[in-house]
Amino acid sequence: MTTKTLIYPVRDREGSQREPISNGTLHHQEISREESYHADNKAIFGFWAYIMSDCLLFASLFATYAVLQNNTYGGPSAGELFSMPFVLVETLILLTSSFTFGLVTMYAHHHNSKSKVLAWLFVTFLLGVAFLAMEVTEFAKLAEEGNSWQRSGFLSAFFTLVGTHGLHVTAGLLWMGSLIAQVMRYGLDSVTVRKLSCLGLFWHFLDIVWIFIFTVVYLMGAI
Amino acid sequence: MTKDFKVIDEYYEAGRKALKSYVTGFVLAIFLTLVPYFMVVNHALTAQNLVWAVVLLGVLQFLVQVVFFLHLSRNSRSHWNIIVFIFTVLIVAILVAGSLWIMYHLNYNTMSDSPFNTNEGYIPQ
Repeated sequence: MTTKTLIYPVRDREGSQREPISNGTLHHQEISREESYHADNKAIFGFWAYIMSDCLLFASLFATYAVLQNNTYGGPSAGELFSMPFVLVETLILLTSSFTFGLVTMYAHHHNSKSKVLAWLFVTFLLGVAFLAMEVTEFAKLAEEGNSWQRSGFLSAFFTLVGTHGLHVTAGLLWMGSLIAQVMRYGLDSVTVRKLSCLGLFWHFLDIVWIFIFTVVYLMGAI
Repeated sequence: MTKDFKVIDEYYEAGRKALKSYVTGFVLAIFLTLVPYFMVVNHALTAQNLVWAVVLLGVLQFLVQVVFFLHLSRNSRSHWNIIVFIFTVLIVAILVAGSLWIMYHLNYNTMSDSPFNTNEGYIPQ
């Protein structure tokens, strides 16, 4: 009974679980966590390579921002525009969501607890939505005050950098919604756990990118 | 059976370690967010020193998240992940530092007639 907590059922691409193995005692073929880890290693490494290439995209946008941040064209500068307490709350929300995704990974990998994985996924999802809502609010407020991306080189670079991050968060949330549905339907098997691992990397990565935005755009801007 | 129980113990042990790692990372990350925030908001140092402090704490924050959330330093199985990661850090450093270096000198060396060029790097001759 207890060993069940250590193994995942295998699911093929079509979504059907595999035939029972010859002795017929198991309902589906099961592999150990260790084996499944090695099988998934390539998939996760591939996803890691994607994330690293995404780093280069963000690096280009950060470099652009750093170059253009003083080109305000007579408009407001970073220090005059942003509300620091608002940004702090945004940062803490995203940080917490990164932590709660860590709990998802832990319950998926070490405890194989479907209900807890779903609960923490849902909490992470809500925190992500809250973060995105705050970001959209900030953008709308800036645009309303006449400080849209058309105002100056600085604001073009700001909206591109922060907007690209927001776009990534949106994609992450859509993916997370789809994974919540998949875990509800299939439970924790080799496919859903692998996808959770990839989304976990993605989510932590977005948190790290935000830390740089927080430091470079908001903190440096307020000095 | 005893072997199985040993395996289970190891997995639960790994689970406890993972939890500890996430909690440690979370506490450190919150700390490393609040400290630079309040330093900046209260202007705790001179502007130049604040920049250095914020950069230093930002780098620490980055390392904390890579180690405690991404678990990059954990085991030898992530060997290739680490190599790709280091390569990326190198490229990112070249890209960002190189861009800033070039643009700073471009501003410095080019006479600009634009009244809107407010870059501090630009010094009229």
